[in-house]
Amino acid sequence: MNQVIISAATAGETNPLVPNVWEMGVVLVGFAVLMFIVVKFVVPMFEKTFAERAEAIEGGIAKAEKAQAEASAALEEYKQQLTDARAEANRIREEARAEGALILADLKEKAAAESARITAQAHVQIESERQAAVVSLRSEVGTLAATLAGRIVGEALNDDERSARVVDRFLADLENQNAGAAK
Amino acid sequence: MIALALPAQDSGEFNPPGIEQLHLPAILPWGAADGFSKQMLLVILSVVIIATFFLLAARKQQLVPGKLQFAGEMAYGFVRNGIAKDIIGGKDFMKYVPLLFSLFFFILVNNIYGAIPVIQLPSFSHVGGAYVLAGIVYITWIAIGIRKSGLKYFKLATVPSGVPIYILPIVIPIEIISNFMVRPVTHSLRLFATMLAGHLIVMIAGSGIEFLIMQENVLLKGASVLVLAGSVAMYMLEALIMALQAYVFTLLTAIYIEGALHADSH
Repeated sequence: MNQVIISAATAGETNPLVPNVWEMGVVLVGFAVLMFIVVKFVVPMFEKTFAERAEAIEGGIAKAEKAQAEASAALEEYKQQLTDARAEANRIREEARAEGALILADLKEKAAAESARITAQAHVQIESERQAAVVSLRSEVGTLAATLAGRIVGEALNDDERSARVVDRFLADLENQNAGAAK
Repeated sequence: MIALALPAQDSGEFNPPGIEQLHLPAILPWGAADGFSKQMLLVILSVVIIATFFLLAARKQQLVPGKLQFAGEMAYGFVRNGIAKDIIGGKDFMKYVPLLFSLFFFILVNNIYGAIPVIQLPSFSHVGGAYVLAGIVYITWIAIGIRKSGLKYFKLATVPSGVPIYILPIVIPIEIISNFMVRPVTHSLRLFATMLAGHLIVMIAGSGIEFLIMQENVLLKGASVLVLAGSVAMYMLEALIMALQAYVFTLLTAIYIEGALHADSH
């Protein structure tokens, strides 16, 4: 090929399609050196930056999404807790109301029973005291009346047996009169 | 161009520069005709420029990038996402990012040389470099195809599915020629030819201006302004084409690799 170029050059007419071997060699070596530098340094360095940048951006987005998700989860949780608390409060209030009503009813019942008991006791006591009063009155009034009558009529009435009979008869009459009046 | 249309004056015919002007004398001559040429120096310089820029840009990597790092990331991301990911896609596009990245910036810097004053010589205006790069790509995509599908790859690449059998005798040779023979040639020559043409236009415009200014005739001297204006427009177009060809070369590489990776589905 060199021969061709030399002959062409010496002839004064250059065939542009015939290459110069030395130039081809220089281009080949130069391009190989460039390829080596590009493969070894340039592309890895740029790719590393691209990858890091993509990661930084994607990482930021992922972080933001995570924070968003966490926030909405927390909100959901708080809402849930609030609802639970409200329900709990309602339940407790209802319970208290029911309990209060129960206690009130219970106390009313107890009071009614107590008052009934006290009333009954009072009746019994009054009855017994009346009886006692009747008994004691009967004897005391008899004695007093007999003493009074004895003092009025004198010795004639000293005989106890007879006076007792008179008093009894008097009282019986008295009772009969009372019963008649009650009717 | 105007010079050609007008009759030549006493200084003689306009002698436009030809392709041989692309072969500047060697900086460090050795051997008979070869030597250390300007193109070789520029190619080596391009490697230094690209490596320095991206190593500096990538040196202090931070999540929030500085200006230099941002520029580096933009450039890297353009090839990585705009070409490799979009064309090859899938999970395994990362494997081919280094090749596409190196190709794009190697070609871009070497092309842009043509738009920088003083340097003003795109490295790929010599065909050798284009052959080398296209050859590397050619070997790469065939190797990918074979590694992916085994020797069956050649059948997959040349026998399109869903074509009636009686057309196959016509289609198969066409596919063989277009995929395995023409493809690397067009791939390399596209880059080389655009760079050569661009450089020739710049040279012709330059020498045309020089020739016109040297003329006695005032009208002819004035006509050089037209050539200058035209050459500025061409310069802009060339700058666009320089960047575009780097993109096209890399894009085609990605398409070839994608085709080899998914030969069974084509």
